[in-house]
Amino acid sequence: MQLLVYDGSFAGILCAVFDVFEYKFKEVRLVLANTQSGLLFGREHTVITDETKAARVFTGLSKRISARALTQLRLAYLSEQADIAGILVHYMQYAFTSPTSVETDFSHPAVLSVAQVARKVNREKHRMEAFIRFQLTTDQIYYAVIEPDFNVLPVIANHFKERFADQDWLIYDARRKYGLHYNRQELTVATITFEGPVQAKNSSAVYDASETLYQELWRRYFNKTNIEARKNTRLHIRHMPLRYWKYLVEKQPVRS
Amino acid sequence: MCDRILEKLAILADAAKYDVSCSSSGSDRKNNNQGLGNGHKSGICHAYTADGRCVSLLKILLTNHCIYNCAYCVSRSSNDIKRAAFTVQEVVDLTIQFYRRNYIEGLFLSSGIFRDPDYTMERLVRIAKKLRTEHRFNGYIHLKAIPGASESLLREAGLYADRLSINVEMPTEQSLQLLAPEKKRTDMLHPMKYLSNEITQYQHDKKIFKKTPLFAPAGQSTQMVIGATPENDMQILFMSHYFYQKMQLKRVYYSGYIPISYDNRLPAIGTPVPMIREHRLYQADWLMRFYGFGVEEIVNPDYPLLDMDIDPKLSWALRNLHLFPVDINKADLSLLLRVPGIGVSSAQKIVAARRFHTLHYEHLKKIGISFSTARYFITTKADGFRERDLTPMQIKQQLLTIQRSKYRPNFSPQLQLF
Repeated sequence: MQLLVYDGSFAGILCAVFDVFEYKFKEVRLVLANTQSGLLFGREHTVITDETKAARVFTGLSKRISARALTQLRLAYLSEQADIAGILVHYMQYAFTSPTSVETDFSHPAVLSVAQVARKVNREKHRMEAFIRFQLTTDQIYYAVIEPDFNVLPVIANHFKERFADQDWLIYDARRKYGLHYNRQELTVATITFEGPVQAKNSSAVYDASETLYQELWRRYFNKTNIEARKNTRLHIRHMPLRYWKYLVEKQPVRS
Repeated sequence: MCDRILEKLAILADAAKYDVSCSSSGSDRKNNNQGLGNGHKSGICHAYTADGRCVSLLKILLTNHCIYNCAYCVSRSSNDIKRAAFTVQEVVDLTIQFYRRNYIEGLFLSSGIFRDPDYTMERLVRIAKKLRTEHRFNGYIHLKAIPGASESLLREAGLYADRLSINVEMPTEQSLQLLAPEKKRTDMLHPMKYLSNEITQYQHDKKIFKKTPLFAPAGQSTQMVIGATPENDMQILFMSHYFYQKMQLKRVYYSGYIPISYDNRLPAIGTPVPMIREHRLYQADWLMRFYGFGVEEIVNPDYPLLDMDIDPKLSWALRNLHLFPVDINKADLSLLLRVPGIGVSSAQKIVAARRFHTLHYEHLKKIGISFSTARYFITTKADGFRERDLTPMQIKQQLLTIQRSKYRPNFSPQLQLF
């Protein structure tokens, strides 16, 4: 067993694949730098992240698998799951050693895992596109807070950029402590330090005067469009998981 | 001012909630005027009501004043309810403000008929036009086409809307006669035919001229109320088949009747909503649209009713057991799609994966088919052919004991013995 110590970045994973072929490693396991568990068996090799090497691996990969499969790899990476780096390396090892495209070989454990994890991340990406609720601030920025399970901000940015091209918006990931800001021209990464809680309730000083009215209208609409005779709580919760409610306007109690 | 708009929204959202369609898919209108919004190919549900239905559009009536007195409708003229009407500007503002906050994908606008069809239709069109031209709005717009409206208005509606729909309301003309004597079937079918021709023309032009202006890019749909009148499933599904084949409709929606009236032509208040039946009709509809089933394979004079306790695909398979078992490693896609427990994406995965390896049962489970159902209908050489000679009844009983449907007590009284 060969241990590869890498820096946690996607480029780092690509470089690990480079080293696998360079040094002809067979069985490998990836470990994050600084979280060394001091393995007793197996040797250790530190992967040095090098953008040119990473780009070479990526180009090679894109000749062997489709754009769709490359997207899956990226999504799987964004899952931030503990073992995902190793799975990605195994996938790429397989892709480079097979004469034909392997992306639909679901009998291979790494291919199947990537497909499954990517699907989960993709689902949350879609949910975030659905469940983000903007609030208009006094400085005319549409502001939203999210806490997704996976790091989906990089993959939802384009959706919001294309859709809300004529308004300033900011989406902040409270779990990962960074946000994306769009100023009608370009996207920038925003890191904000908050004094006190991220979402100050009832802070009318921060929000535009119209905000309360439209939130109330939306809540009213949401409640009125329900058909009591068809009540189905299980289905409701399956579609709108409880963990997202905290930031959903329609799930907040009516203000008096 | 604020109170009045809150009240109006409450009334006019409440009155529109019985319209089933909420789809915002099928249109990928681009935001290339640096304006607001775009269409998402598969649509996005932004919220779900407590009854579990998707909310993707601001679904409202322009007004619930109506000159007609259709027995099944809450807005019927004889019903003693609060009435309200939005102004054009109010609907535009609500749509834009909700959209900017990412609450919705767009607008679904229907209306009671006040004064006459053209007067009403003209206002619906004006709202869509204002959104598109003044606000550079590229989100989804679904307009109800009012039966009896003139062709020029329908045409204009098609230029601004993504989808148009005309509800046929009842599956047959007789039922419509009974419950909505002032309405005529032909008033609904004529505009549907007109729109169908226009949409076909647009799709044809688009292939030749790149700059063809959009015309209802998400097509047209319709809706039928089921369970209010005595039609059987065969009549309903043959009607849908007719709409798909002859009118090129994108969707037919089925709305299980919710008793809202003491009218003695209708099921009494308190009668349960026919939810399983509605669900089975949707499943059958899916089989026609995505699984390559002919309508007469699902229902025919010998089987005019869908089974309530099992889904229509399983029901078909049990009636055609001689076609099974299907060899997973050999059968073509169209046959795999007919196996109960295998859906569209699993069938495609199977076809893709077996080019690499002979598939075993274990692979199938991982691919995500419903193995406990499919196992009666498939075989793989890799696991050795297993001959089973169970009768359709035995298979059905075995499957019913493992399935846990919350509707189970409603299926039939005998079932509770097991």
